[in-house]
Amino acid sequence: MGSLVLEALVKRYGASTAVERVDLDVRQGEMVALLGPSGCGKTTTLRMVAGFITPSEGRVLIGGRDVTRMPPYARDTGMVFQSYALFPHMSVAQNVAFGLEMRKVGRAERDARVMEALRLVQLDHLADRLPRQLSGGQQQRVALARALVVNPAVFLLDEPLSNLDAKLRGEVRMEIRALQQRLGLTTLIVTHDQEEALTMADRLVVMEKGRVRQVGTAEQLYEDPADPFVAGFVGRCNLLEGRVEAPGRFRTRAGDLLLCQAGGDAGEAILALRPERIALRAGGEGPARLAALTYLGAQTEYHVDFGATRLVVIGATPAAADPLRRLAAGDAVTLVWEASAARLLPAAA
Amino acid sequence: MRPADTRRWLLHGSIAVTYAVILAPVVMVMVISVFRQEIVSFPPAGFTLEWYVNAWARQEFARGFATSFQVALLATLIGVPLGTAAALALQRSRIRGKAALNTLLLGPLAVPGVVAGTALYMFYLRAEFWIDRDITATLQGLVAAHVLLTIPWTVRLVSASLAGLDVSAEEAAANLGARPLTVFRRVTLPMMRPGIVAAALFSFIQSFENLELTLLLVGPGRTTLPVAMLSYLEFRVDPTLAAVATVQILLVAVLMLVTDRFVKLSRVV
Repeated sequence: MGSLVLEALVKRYGASTAVERVDLDVRQGEMVALLGPSGCGKTTTLRMVAGFITPSEGRVLIGGRDVTRMPPYARDTGMVFQSYALFPHMSVAQNVAFGLEMRKVGRAERDARVMEALRLVQLDHLADRLPRQLSGGQQQRVALARALVVNPAVFLLDEPLSNLDAKLRGEVRMEIRALQQRLGLTTLIVTHDQEEALTMADRLVVMEKGRVRQVGTAEQLYEDPADPFVAGFVGRCNLLEGRVEAPGRFRTRAGDLLLCQAGGDAGEAILALRPERIALRAGGEGPARLAALTYLGAQTEYHVDFGATRLVVIGATPAAADPLRRLAAGDAVTLVWEASAARLLPAAA
Repeated sequence: MRPADTRRWLLHGSIAVTYAVILAPVVMVMVISVFRQEIVSFPPAGFTLEWYVNAWARQEFARGFATSFQVALLATLIGVPLGTAAALALQRSRIRGKAALNTLLLGPLAVPGVVAGTALYMFYLRAEFWIDRDITATLQGLVAAHVLLTIPWTVRLVSASLAGLDVSAEEAAANLGARPLTVFRRVTLPMMRPGIVAAALFSFIQSFENLELTLLLVGPGRTTLPVAMLSYLEFRVDPTLAAVATVQILLVAVLMLVTDRFVKLSRVV
């Protein structure tokens, strides 16, 4: 096991830049998620760590060793692929044994470690099956066992859950996290699913267009996003364009004056309001009108037209006790929030 | 009738017609091979297996069969590895001019067999003059010509199977510590197996039944089965040929069925 360090990693393809100066320090035993929409450079970054893509600039260090110019087979990373990438002509046990064979581990020890790894993912009873005879979830666990059995210095996961159905995804997510913590694996996971990243990783790296937007814990990213992209990507967020007039006073494009957090210089800015931090009251003299409401079981979601923007508000829980769900579209409403809930973000560059 | 029924009826009907058109000649050949009369006519005057006996008794068919088998086997053994290597280069390497190379390798399919056969014959004559050795009417010359038949089929089939392979399985092997040659030997090659087996089968059949390309390249005593059949036809028209053809059809059918046991051909071709 070891730490993983990325230093000013750049990948260019001709004139276009896939990854633009990524710096990252994954501590021993830590799980970090690269999160972003498709094409943001997260997979390219992961593949540079695995050695399938050679960086244009920068360095990759695994356990303090510079591996930037090393071929994949010499890097000691264990990767789980999106498609699982099992060897179709080998049994489950042979798949898992492959890495040990390459490391010239003796027969007896190999067999013992294969069985141990399969027990870890609860597949020891299917050791002799071929991959195509297994379900998607089982294939996924074989891929996990195959990557883990060699005790890699760094564990890499490329969208490991995207081919599973929703119910299984939740289960496997917890399993992977439990394994990672139990074995103390230094892990880098790539995902476009914010929920996956929030629930599994110690820290998240939000990427967009090849750049790192923000690095932090789930709570840091949610409570204190650095910019409108992060605010909108991690959790849901209402974003209002306008300018800060005075400390705590925000004027929207439409001209409405809103309460916001103190701090921040006067000038162009974006006001970020989480849907659950807004309270809704019936009636009022303001411009807010209820546009639609959706009953979601646990709570009710209200869509409120406020000038030219539509805001999302999460109602009180439980939904059955929410007095506002009797409202109808078109009713006047009032939106209330605490100054500290309305965060000021830099206007999009 | 409801529209859905009409549609289903039309679909099944057209499938039946298509199969009938494809299989009719094959079935006809098999039926004629047991007709008693020498000149094929309907209705049959009776049924007999004497044409099979005649085919067996005539040495040119047995010898033709042996030659065809030998040539097809050698051409397959030489052509399939060459074609596979070419397919790998086309699919996986970064060489320039892949499209041109691909067209060139598939070229023999586009050239009419008689034209290619004539060209080869003239080339062989010229080459014989240079190296002062027989090439026409030799086994080597015939095998070399038939390798040309097997390469395009192999390139097509193996390329198709390579294109369908999940490259990440090879990456996974590298990730687990396998060097490039080991990745190829342990992962790529086994995954290509269905394509290679299909290529070998079709190459063999192509070579075995080829007539046009072979026509000018055979010599006395070294005639392939199709050429022997054509020569027989010049002098006699009786169901002996149908009998020989039937044996050939059954042989190919058995070959395909046996191959299908190991590799699902429908998945490759």
